[in-house]
Amino acid sequence: MADKTLTINGQVVQAQEGQTLLQAAREAGFPIPTLCHLEGLSDPGSCRVCMVEQTGSSRLLPACTTRVSDHLVIETNSKRVREERRKVVELLFAERNHVCAVCVACGHCELQDLAIEVGMDHVRFDYDHPDCKIDLSHHLYGIDHNRCVLCTRCVRACDEVEGAHTWDVAGWGKETRVVTDHGQPWGNSETCTSCGKCVQACPTAAIFIKGMTVAESRKHPAEIGFLVKSREHLHCQD
Amino acid sequence: MDLHFHGPDATLTERSVVDSVLGLPPSEGPGGLRITRDEGHHSLVQRSKLLPAFHAVQNRFGWIPPGAMDYICRRLSVPPAEAHGVASFYHMFTLKSTPPTVVHVCDDVACRIKGSEGLCTELQHALGAEGWKRSPCLGQCERAPAALVVRAGETPSATSVAPANSQSLLAARAADLPASADTRESIRASVPQFGSDNLRLLSRVGRVNPCSLEAYQASGGYSALTKGILQGPEAVIAEVMASKLMGRGGAAFPTGRKWEAVAKAPARPHYVVCNADESEPGTFKDRVLMEGDPFAVIEGMTIAGLATGSEQGYLYIRGEYPQATERLKHALEAARAAHLLGPKILGSSFSFDIELRSGAGAYICGEETALFNSIEGKRGEPRNKPPFPVHVGLFGKPTVINNVETLVNIPQILALGGEAYSRIGTAGSAGPKLFCVSGHVTRPGVYEVDFGITLGQLIQQAGGVAGGKAIRAVLLGGAAGSFVGPDQLNIPLSFEGTRAAGASLGSGVVLVFDESVDLADILLRIAAFFRDESCGQCVPCRVGTVRQEELLHRLRSGKPMRSYADELELLKEIGQVMRDASICGLGQAASNAVESAFATLNPMPKVAQIR
Ligand SMILES: Cc1cc2nc3c(=O)[nH]c(=O)nc-3n(C[C@H](O)[C@H](O)[C@H](O)COP(=O)(O)O)c2cc1C
Ligand code: SF4
Ligand code: SF4
Ligand code: FES
Ligand code: FES
Repeated sequence: MADKTLTINGQVVQAQEGQTLLQAAREAGFPIPTLCHLEGLSDPGSCRVCMVEQTGSSRLLPACTTRVSDHLVIETNSKRVREERRKVVELLFAERNHVCAVCVACGHCELQDLAIEVGMDHVRFDYDHPDCKIDLSHHLYGIDHNRCVLCTRCVRACDEVEGAHTWDVAGWGKETRVVTDHGQPWGNSETCTSCGKCVQACPTAAIFIKGMTVAESRKHPAEIGFLVKSREHLHCQD
Repeated sequence: MDLHFHGPDATLTERSVVDSVLGLPPSEGPGGLRITRDEGHHSLVQRSKLLPAFHAVQNRFGWIPPGAMDYICRRLSVPPAEAHGVASFYHMFTLKSTPPTVVHVCDDVACRIKGSEGLCTELQHALGAEGWKRSPCLGQCERAPAALVVRAGETPSATSVAPANSQSLLAARAADLPASADTRESIRASVPQFGSDNLRLLSRVGRVNPCSLEAYQASGGYSALTKGILQGPEAVIAEVMASKLMGRGGAAFPTGRKWEAVAKAPARPHYVVCNADESEPGTFKDRVLMEGDPFAVIEGMTIAGLATGSEQGYLYIRGEYPQATERLKHALEAARAAHLLGPKILGSSFSFDIELRSGAGAYICGEETALFNSIEGKRGEPRNKPPFPVHVGLFGKPTVINNVETLVNIPQILALGGEAYSRIGTAGSAGPKLFCVSGHVTRPGVYEVDFGITLGQLIQQAGGVAGGKAIRAVLLGGAAGSFVGPDQLNIPLSFEGTRAAGASLGSGVVLVFDESVDLADILLRIAAFFRDESCGQCVPCRVGTVRQEELLHRLRSGKPMRSYADELELLKEIGQVMRDASICGLGQAASNAVESAFATLNPMPKVAQIR
């Protein structure tokens, strides 16, 4: 594949055609925070945490879905970008009921890590406390919509890796929720195979394993990428 | 992939309603039992029948019962969660039992200042909470306040009532009124220039029978297509390039360049899409064109198909336009019968057909990529761009998407010649332009003028402010546009003129407010509009629109959380992050009106500003 030459944070970088800015930047040693992106899954480009600045353009670009191209000049950590990320995370915290101090995932939550990474140390909005339910009907797992950030990682892991498509997104605007099957309780779902991939994919404590202690509830989202990689590997040998 | 289903079986009626859209299932039983996950183009097109199937069920029962939902999933091999997600995205579909007749009352900006709140109170008394609903702009702003009576059943109907009062609404609700025939008065109420000889885009409205192909042809219709077929696609594109036509849907992109990019795209097939979703508050020009001159829209689309090497077009019209939908349906059939659509048009080698698709009440589906997703039977969520539609559009194929008004200009361009057309208007904005004038003017309606007249001149043409009051503000370009003050009436109405003034023409909205208006109330309605129309996929818009509305409420109530200046600063920051980081134009423009009002019009009541 053809190489593309672009400039990231002042450094000239070679990248393969088709790579995303996120891949190119990470390979070049420039970290970019992400939330809806999960290795192994498709990218909706919807959380807007990974935005980078394109020099000479008024718009910011999502690094996870923008492909590299020649002559692109981007900044992954400019003041404007840092402010944007901080504000997006601030908006997310205030949307539902993210109170780290009382959460089982405290200490190993991607949202919490993200807040630290982007320097979001206080929220200037009243918490919205929307009418969010907790569904404990599944025999192994539970979902607490109060902690959902609508990253859709569960939806994609279930559809793209497990092939069950138990989850999807329902409603619109601020009433958007993830749902199982026809919107019925998870325990009544006829498509769910109880494989647990959504649990591992979920960045917060929204989807959890019932009856786990704080220490045990640590998640392993990288395993989704591992599964996909090993499958690709199998296909190569076919 | 295995599909599992649950829930009640569909009744016979439910099945037959679904089958009327999808065709009869294969004889082995419901189609979904032997599923091969074929992601081929054909299965994508088949799956795109999801919304038409939902429409059929909704129209018959007034909601989508679980049995029907389950049956649709089987027939189209769509996982239940996905189908539920799609149905629940659209405001006109309901997933719980509702009464068959529902009155949708517009409480948006233009209707608000013409008494829609009073109407809502009266309906609440007469019908109770279940019998009516609030609606954003219904595209009838020139005859505000407007309402739409939707009735489900064996002979479903939808009737626009404007101007509406509680008596006329209750009457329309009780009995199917015959679709109101066009009269001189009704035409003049929407097109005050009716009768003038200088019109191009509106020349047939009210004068040529919109239900007669012969009448259309007798008035010069289809001569442009004939000419185009003789000249060939390249020559047509050259004319459109020379005309300097820019899209009328709001983004003002050069139409010729779009067409050329699609014509040259190697991937096949190519598609033409007409964007008739017209839902920008204050906009009703496309409705007037589709109701008054439906064949012109179809001719324009057909020429676009010719120029771009497409064989299939889709016309996506908002669900709240029953009259325009009927007339277009009729026109499509008449054109097909006369071989002006279908295989080998006018005896040439060019084949093209158009499928009409109805929206289901979601403003966001006017955004081009959300519209593609909606046609494809998905949630109407915008896609990240690039890739742009000219490369990856409908069903992932190169697609030209144009607004109704843009397409109606095409026959004019071929008739006049691109060069001559480009001399109409100003240097940067070629052609005639439709403006949707509403609010506190004496003669609201669609006005056709050449680009370049000033805002003040247009308002004068509409009879000025009714009752001799002073102008408080004008909303230019719709809810996604911006406010200008009475000192800015000399703005030339052209793309470059409005840009220089820090505003935009948007979809051609000119909504005039006199001094009696409570601007804070109008701002709150606009903020609520964006909060409710955000698709919800991206964080800045989904949460930012909520926070913007909340802050405006606080500012207006005079109970800010911090100093007035700090609250304003926070409002600005929310606007900034929405503009910088939202996926699509909805979030990016959601703070325009608010910010422009604060910049020059001091919209909040004095008491609110003390702290
Ligand atoms: C939120 C949003 C809503 C839109 N709604 C409409 C609409 O109702 N009708 C329309 O023609 N264009 C609408 N547009 C613009 C379309 O995305 C697109 O630019 C247009 O259809 C292109 O046609 P044109 O080049 O002929 O203007 C909307 C854009 C956004 C961001
Ligand atoms: S439940 Fe978890 S994985 Fe699913 S959308 Fe919510 S936060 Fe993301
Ligand atoms: S900006 Fe708003 S409407 Fe557009 S994609 Fe984002 S959430 Fe959806
Ligand atoms: S990680 Fe790129 S938008 Fe979410
Ligand atoms: S129809 Fe009510 S505001 Fe447009």
